Amino acid sequence: MRQDSLLRIGKKVRDQFGVETAILRGTLNLSRAFDSSRRQWNSTVLLAELLHQHPFPESKTVAVVEVDLFIPVLTFVFGEAQLEGGAAVVSTARLSQQFYGLPPDDEQMLSRLEKEIVHELGHTFGLFHCRHFECVMRSSTYVEEIDLKRAELCARCRALLSSY
Amino acid sequence: MNSMISILIVDDEKVVRDSLSKWFREDGYQVGVAEDAAAALRQLQAKKWDIILLDIKMPGVDGMELQQRIKEIDPGATIIFITAHASVDTAVQALKSGAFDYVTKPVDPDYLSHLVSNAVKQRYLANENLKLREQITEISRADEIIGDSPQMQKVFELIKTVASTDTTVMIRGESGTGKELIARAIHSSSSRRYFPIVPVNCGAMPEGLLESELFGHERGAFTGAQYRRKGKIELADGGTLFLDEVGNIDMKTQMDLLRVIETKQFSRLGGNEVIKVDFRIICATNKDLERAVAEGTFREDLYYRLNVFSIFIPPLRERKGDIPMLANYFVKKYARTMGKHIHAVAPEAMDVLMRYDWPGNVRELENAIERAMVVGKEPAIRPEDLPFQLMEKRSMPASGSLAAMERAHIASILDQNNWNISRSAEILQIDRVTLYNKIEKYGLKKPQ
Repeated sequence: MRQDSLLRIGKKVRDQFGVETAILRGTLNLSRAFDSSRRQWNSTVLLAELLHQHPFPESKTVAVVEVDLFIPVLTFVFGEAQLEGGAAVVSTARLSQQFYGLPPDDEQMLSRLEKEIVHELGHTFGLFHCRHFECVMRSSTYVEEIDLKRAELCARCRALLSSY
Repeated sequence: MNSMISILIVDDEKVVRDSLSKWFREDGYQVGVAEDAAAALRQLQAKKWDIILLDIKMPGVDGMELQQRIKEIDPGATIIFITAHASVDTAVQALKSGAFDYVTKPVDPDYLSHLVSNAVKQRYLANENLKLREQITEISRADEIIGDSPQMQKVFELIKTVASTDTTVMIRGESGTGKELIARAIHSSSSRRYFPIVPVNCGAMPEGLLESELFGHERGAFTGAQYRRKGKIELADGGTLFLDEVGNIDMKTQMDLLRVIETKQFSRLGGNEVIKVDFRIICATNKDLERAVAEGTFREDLYYRLNVFSIFIPPLRERKGDIPMLANYFVKKYARTMGKHIHAVAPEAMDVLMRYDWPGNVRELENAIERAMVVGKEPAIRPEDLPFQLMEKRSMPASGSLAAMERAHIASILDQNNWNISRSAEILQIDRVTLYNKIEKYGLKKPQ
């Protein structure tokens, strides 16, 4: 992923949560999370792995992975976060247009990733799903729903965040 | 909003319980988990859960069996089955046993989200429906029929007896005795009370119009029928059809009505489509139907179809003991609607009410009180506020001839009814044209 793209996401996170951000390249052991029958990676296992590593105990960490994630009861997830916790994991697999047989669109992919990272981080700050159709904390169960919302928290979620 | 909704997840696999509970918590639901039937029943006894996600295959008591026990504790529980092994048989069995839906693991997140959201909506609607039903029952109870006399107590007993059945009821009584109120009381105490009671005044319509009113018509059925129109019978589907003045139905419509009562199906005028209906009939008349049958103006077969259970409402003059209660009820009613502070009938005014014979029955009494409330002053209605003070003066015409008596009586009825021609004609039991002719003949004038 390009550095300028990651910097743009870092700035968005700073704006939304009022925190300092840092971008690091790291490694996660994906093999333990792999489910050969589903050919997908268990996001809960990955999240546990990330929390185990927990490189920055005083801060929150979001891992971005390229593999397709799932939780056992659902067919897939875009990401998973520890509610009011220290870590989240987001997958780019289903955010790309190619996944749906369409020509690549880098800008759209970046926009979706930005929203998903802010969304999962919102959970780590204790925010639940929001009903405001433009709020980044609105639940998205398919990719077009991510496109409908903005990368920002609505006024209500912002107020909830300030009481966190 | 979702924080008000609680979801109980019952699954023997920890990983499923954990992932589902986390997923629903992010949506703001209150989530509980149970690893087997015993734990689930403990949770259900501790509190009421809105939605229960239930794994079908569990060691010991399985999901299907657990569902039966849950329904015993909470018959309204919304249950969604989850299974790892989909089969048509189990799906059919689950839905037949009353489950809201059935999903196979792994579930598409969008599908699960919609499923739960629909279950929440259904639950909300069911609760709202329950509240509205309670409100309907309250409203029905408030629509009281007043009467303390033994005759009216007998009427109340009959209403109670017949309401719970689906029997056709014939209400008989003079004009103004409150036949429609009785019909409404029967309907609102019956199992059909959540469907409409549709009144049809058979006496107020000419022949062709009543047919169209009852059966409806298709577009172009007759000149002027520009649109399709549903008839009262169709509108009464599920509820009660109240046929007022049933003795006035013409012979042709009597035959059509008999057919629809027997077959519970009919077609709109000018149409071929057979419409099935389910309704109860309550009818009312102040006519001597037995005589009409003997004279051949009312079909005997229809008479026996309609006259299954008869309720007779005695005229007010035969139950004068009810007058004070009725008068006070109307005083309260009009004090509220008119915003007046008159709350009683003075004893001397009550004497006047008790002495009068009330040919127009309860309706006439209500009109008299309404008028007295308009002209009267606080704190109580006095004799001079009552309209038939005038009538008493007029009721002794100097000449004593029949014409003079008729003139005085018509004038008094018109006065009592604020010169409402239809109402006065109904009380006098003559048609409106005849009443207009008599007004002209006797030179009666509406007071300015």
